[in-house]
Amino acid sequence: MNRKKNILIAGAGPAGLEAAYRLSMMGFSPILVEKEEMPGGHLNKWDRLFPEREAADEILERLLSRVKNDVNIKIFTSSYIEQINELNDSYNVILSTGVTIIAEAVLITTGFDLFNASRKEEYGYGIYERVITNADLESWFKGNGKIPVENPQSIGFVHCVGSRDEKAGNRHCSKVCCVTAVKQAIEIKEIFPHATVYCFYMDLRMFGRHYEDMYLEAQQKHGIRFIRGRVSEVSENKEGRLVVKAEDTLAGKPVKATMDLLVLMAGMTRPASSASLYEQLDLSMDEDGFLRQSDAILNGQSNHRKGIFVAGACTGPKTLPDTIHEADSAAMAIYEYLNRMTV
Amino acid sequence: MINFGFTLSPSSRIDLDKANKPDFSRLAEIEPDILKCMACGSCAASCSTVNFGKMNLRKVILMLTRGEEKDALPLLETCVLCGKCTMVCPRGINTRHLIISISEAYKKAQKTERK
Amino acid sequence: MIYEGKKKIWSEYQKEIPDDHYFYVRSCIRQNFFPASEKMFLEIVRNRLGRDFHETEHHTTCGGIAYHSDAIPQETVMTIIARQFALMTEAGYENYVASCITSFGLYTETIESWKHFPDLEAKIREHLWKTCRKEFKVPKYLAHASDIIYKYRNLIASKARYKLINVKTGKPLRVVEHIGCHYAKMFPSKGVGGAEYPYVLAGMIESWGGEIIDYPERRHCCGFGFRQYLIKANRGYSMSNTHKKFESMEPFKPDMIITNCPGCPYFLDRWQYVISELEGKTYGENGYGIPVFTYEEVAGLVLGYDPWDLGLQMHQVAVEPLLDKMGIQYDPSMKYKGNEGRDLGMPEMPHFLKCC
Repeated sequence: MNRKKNILIAGAGPAGLEAAYRLSMMGFSPILVEKEEMPGGHLNKWDRLFPEREAADEILERLLSRVKNDVNIKIFTSSYIEQINELNDSYNVILSTGVTIIAEAVLITTGFDLFNASRKEEYGYGIYERVITNADLESWFKGNGKIPVENPQSIGFVHCVGSRDEKAGNRHCSKVCCVTAVKQAIEIKEIFPHATVYCFYMDLRMFGRHYEDMYLEAQQKHGIRFIRGRVSEVSENKEGRLVVKAEDTLAGKPVKATMDLLVLMAGMTRPASSASLYEQLDLSMDEDGFLRQSDAILNGQSNHRKGIFVAGACTGPKTLPDTIHEADSAAMAIYEYLNRMTV
Repeated sequence: MINFGFTLSPSSRIDLDKANKPDFSRLAEIEPDILKCMACGSCAASCSTVNFGKMNLRKVILMLTRGEEKDALPLLETCVLCGKCTMVCPRGINTRHLIISISEAYKKAQKTERK
Repeated sequence: MIYEGKKKIWSEYQKEIPDDHYFYVRSCIRQNFFPASEKMFLEIVRNRLGRDFHETEHHTTCGGIAYHSDAIPQETVMTIIARQFALMTEAGYENYVASCITSFGLYTETIESWKHFPDLEAKIREHLWKTCRKEFKVPKYLAHASDIIYKYRNLIASKARYKLINVKTGKPLRVVEHIGCHYAKMFPSKGVGGAEYPYVLAGMIESWGGEIIDYPERRHCCGFGFRQYLIKANRGYSMSNTHKKFESMEPFKPDMIITNCPGCPYFLDRWQYVISELEGKTYGENGYGIPVFTYEEVAGLVLGYDPWDLGLQMHQVAVEPLLDKMGIQYDPSMKYKGNEGRDLGMPEMPHFLKCC
């Protein structure tokens, strides 16, 4: 390889940052394109991460430092891909800022959008002050803004908001919300030890290592109450407190609870702002809007298009470690692809 | 009062606002493992008397945490304390001991109420 | 409550309501329960606003009560509906407006079903031809009569003699709005404001000066439910639903309730009496109930029609406390006088519910 090959990376979230670092180590020249002012994606908005509650900003700092100190890596922030055309063995890319790039391979790390919780009208997000989302709570944990009530006595977490919900257009499970709800429930209980904290879940999907420990800790140490049933309706009483309705499906009876704060666990959906990119590249996509992997078991980082690779939550909800591993795998796949091309 | 031939139907709804009861706190103090239950139903499935009576420990624990002890306590009446449920509990709850503790905790409460 | 949030949802559920030229169909039961409501609707749209609303004595029930009580099958109810549409087509109209929510829901359901199952529509056309020798066009626009009053709410406000304001305190009256389930719950996009936060009545209340109460059981059914009421053994269910709503709205101290369905105002009104007899409990001030109105009755009051011409003496719950709050002049001695001053006789008074 005489000249460094350009790899265009669409999205400078955790997957993009990790892949850029690996690709640079392999001798390529990664070019990150990020629509926001700051790289880091959703990690910017999160306070602590499950299951060990590591600080999100420290993880992000480590991801960023490897990229920022590397002269081989370019980052274009506040930019998006306006036009992308396939050439013989490369892609011609024009950014919104007018910058033109020729890239030998393209890595899609466009991630996900957090489900817009106001679309679940019955939960009253944006209508009742005391209804907030997982992201709002995380932002408050991070020290930004305030929560709508000073000393909540009763707090509820609603799992599966916009997930496992065909009417919301998302049949899929967003995978990380169960464990995030348990993490946030523990954290808020530590802040307000006298509050009664409920989690309304359909199934507790504690699939990862130490997740079940968190669930046990939530029950045993913090007395968090788990109600198996999806919240059906939220309203406001005279005092402005929330009246929450659900079925306790284990008791086979409807339940009602008055809450001071209700946290909606908004799930992951396809990134709306990437629609034009997906369309221009004619990427294969599933009904849920997440990108398809050409071979999800042995070749998970390829889409069906030549020279196009995928990593992270753009192919479906993922945990952060999964995303990082996929970014590493994508770097390997790109290395293999470009070497084969050279030969 | 007029007899219309119908009356208000009783509500089956559980009011979680009333679920925080001192009896349950007392029980959770002497038997903290009650909080570990994940409602798997192994206890009820293996119960010696489940086919013949109403005993269902999963339901008893659930209803106690919901503050519905009136529905929970009668279920315990057919328990023979055989200990099979203790053997199968995946969370290692000493269910046999728990059953005895429930009876004690709530018996005291019932006596105080009567006084 | 974040008002802007509600406004955003309302803006997402706006339906097109043509301004004029409608074929109007009445409800089976409203003329008995609220005898002046439909008359007032036609009076307002025709005489006060100068619009063209046609009705014919040849139309029948939509079949909704029998259908929802499992007495007749779907094909029968659809054929009855097809006949109503044929009457509209014969009269030269394309916009169809129903006075009843059950009918509106059923018309919506039927039209939607025909879109998905054209064979079914063809079969119904055949049934109608065989039975009545009639043919029909599907209405271009389907509206509920409350959509029409909603559309004209500001026009009505501009001609108003009274407002939904307490004349003694100068404060807006506190109004509960109750929407019939079949208005938008089946097809949220067919209702003004959608199904979770309907705006159709809220818009009228805002225009006419009142304040809307959003209480926890606002979205709950009134309890009518057809079979729940029609069979005596099930009536406890029906009343328990109403009871649940009243218990939930009570802390908000509502001055009045406005509804847009034939069944809801009837049950919200009459069950207050039954609950008072069974439980000794009343929900209004000083032993009165909370007065319940149809939207046409409220429009009539706002426009200055005489309460007794609006048939308000037919209500179980006395309306006088509300009339006094609005500053409406009325002659108490005329309450039970019919046309030309004929004495209708005084009804028997309940034991607990104060009724003037």
